[in-house]
Amino acid sequence: MDSEFLQTLWVTFKLAASTTVILMIIGLPVAYFLAYSRFRFRPVIEALVSMPLVLPPSVIGYYILVAYSPQNWFGRWLNESLGIRLAFSFQGILIASVIFSLPFMIQPLQNGLRALPESFREAAYTLGKSKSQTFFRVLLPNIKPSVITAIALTFAHCIGEFGIVLIVGGNMPGQTRVASIAIYDEVQSLNFNMANRYAFVLFAISFILLTVIYSINKKHETWRMM
Amino acid sequence: MAIRIDIKKKMLSANGEMNLDINTTLQMGELITLFGPSGAGKTTLLRIMAGLVQPDSGHLEVDGETWFDSNKKINLPPQQRGIGFMFQDYALFPNMTVEENLAFAQDEKDNSRITELIDTFGLNEFRKRKPAGLSGGQKQRVALARALARKPNLLLLDEPLSALDASMRTSLQDEIARAHQLFGATTLLVSHDMNEVFRLSTHVVCIEDGGISKSGSPEKVFSDTSISGKFQVVGQVARIDKQDVVNIVTVITGSNMIVKVIAVDDDTQPLTEGDRVLVFTKAFNPIIKKI
Repeated sequence: MDSEFLQTLWVTFKLAASTTVILMIIGLPVAYFLAYSRFRFRPVIEALVSMPLVLPPSVIGYYILVAYSPQNWFGRWLNESLGIRLAFSFQGILIASVIFSLPFMIQPLQNGLRALPESFREAAYTLGKSKSQTFFRVLLPNIKPSVITAIALTFAHCIGEFGIVLIVGGNMPGQTRVASIAIYDEVQSLNFNMANRYAFVLFAISFILLTVIYSINKKHETWRMM
Repeated sequence: MAIRIDIKKKMLSANGEMNLDINTTLQMGELITLFGPSGAGKTTLLRIMAGLVQPDSGHLEVDGETWFDSNKKINLPPQQRGIGFMFQDYALFPNMTVEENLAFAQDEKDNSRITELIDTFGLNEFRKRKPAGLSGGQKQRVALARALARKPNLLLLDEPLSALDASMRTSLQDEIARAHQLFGATTLLVSHDMNEVFRLSTHVVCIEDGGISKSGSPEKVFSDTSISGKFQVVGQVARIDKQDVVNIVTVITGSNMIVKVIAVDDDTQPLTEGDRVLVFTKAFNPIIKKI
């Protein structure tokens, strides 16, 4: 029983940490593009990124599951050329979770970049710095609070994911069974003691994470003065 | 060696659409002011020089090198123009100390240059401090030093002193003049303050409604040669006081001298504070004497 508890928590954290790392890599260039690009169809991309905020997880989960199915071209291509079946696997819920958490990473980064004065970028250019030097040495260090917020929100949101993981991953112990699903499962089988333990861990982690974000952001205001 | 500007750009300003159309040749090594009312296109011209704004058409050449040419499809990015640009909001990077801001500007690390700039602008006690801990005047000096850190051939200053109070302005105007003498960079300065133009520049280009209205030395541009006065001073109206039957107009001249002129209602009627005026006398000969 105890090893199952730890295993479920391990899957939960592995999913949240991997999602956060992947989204950090994808999120920075996308946020940069959305913050500064004058591309005509930018609103379409912005809308797509924000869809997970308004759509029920079951809708996105359903579409992802359909895409994974070997009866459709994407699933078939994965199966035939790479030998991968994503439905009901850890990789499958990881991809689903990356898509579902997209706005939680991108929106804080994009807002942080937009809030910086335009003259920062221009000044760096006139000082002979390339776009990437400007991004990593001027822009990114000055949106530190946004970066911390984005990471913590993504991580916390992933830990709490339920609907999408259930649809795409099912409830396979050690593979796709995460803490939020385990709570539901334990309650269904009237095992309140176990549900209570999972719930407490999730509650504590989310609370600690959010407290850390707010205190770091508060501290950052004082850093700027020094 | 010259700066040849011949550019056109359609601009959207607060007063609707405006065509910026500038055609002039400026000499290298001078301290040139772009003077004119706000919204006339001064800042846009400066940003075009820097490569931050692209003109619709034309040609821009600095010191024999083509920076922009719409026919040949040349548009050198700001990184390659060898300029120093000082922004109205200074654009100091909050994550870096004063020293780091200067070092960031250099392609190759050159500590002696940084020390020289820090000494020149009296920044020694702030060198480890971040911009948020500096006063407006200190920030301005850091921004100026940073713009000079790359040894630019062309220094572009966008209303560098507009955010400062009067006494601070005067001392920083001297700072700019000194930087120009010391480092020899051709300087282009946007200003709408006449005192600044007189104190600083060797050449002034007046820009109104997107075009050049006058160009030349400040004395020539602001004096009215159609008035054959024996004694002429150009200045700005600081105050108009009504006293009994006459008015006393206080004028601050280019060299910060205060002149009080008695004027009747008819003369003061078109005047408001801030107007550019010419103070002259015809009836008396000014007398010169060694002191």
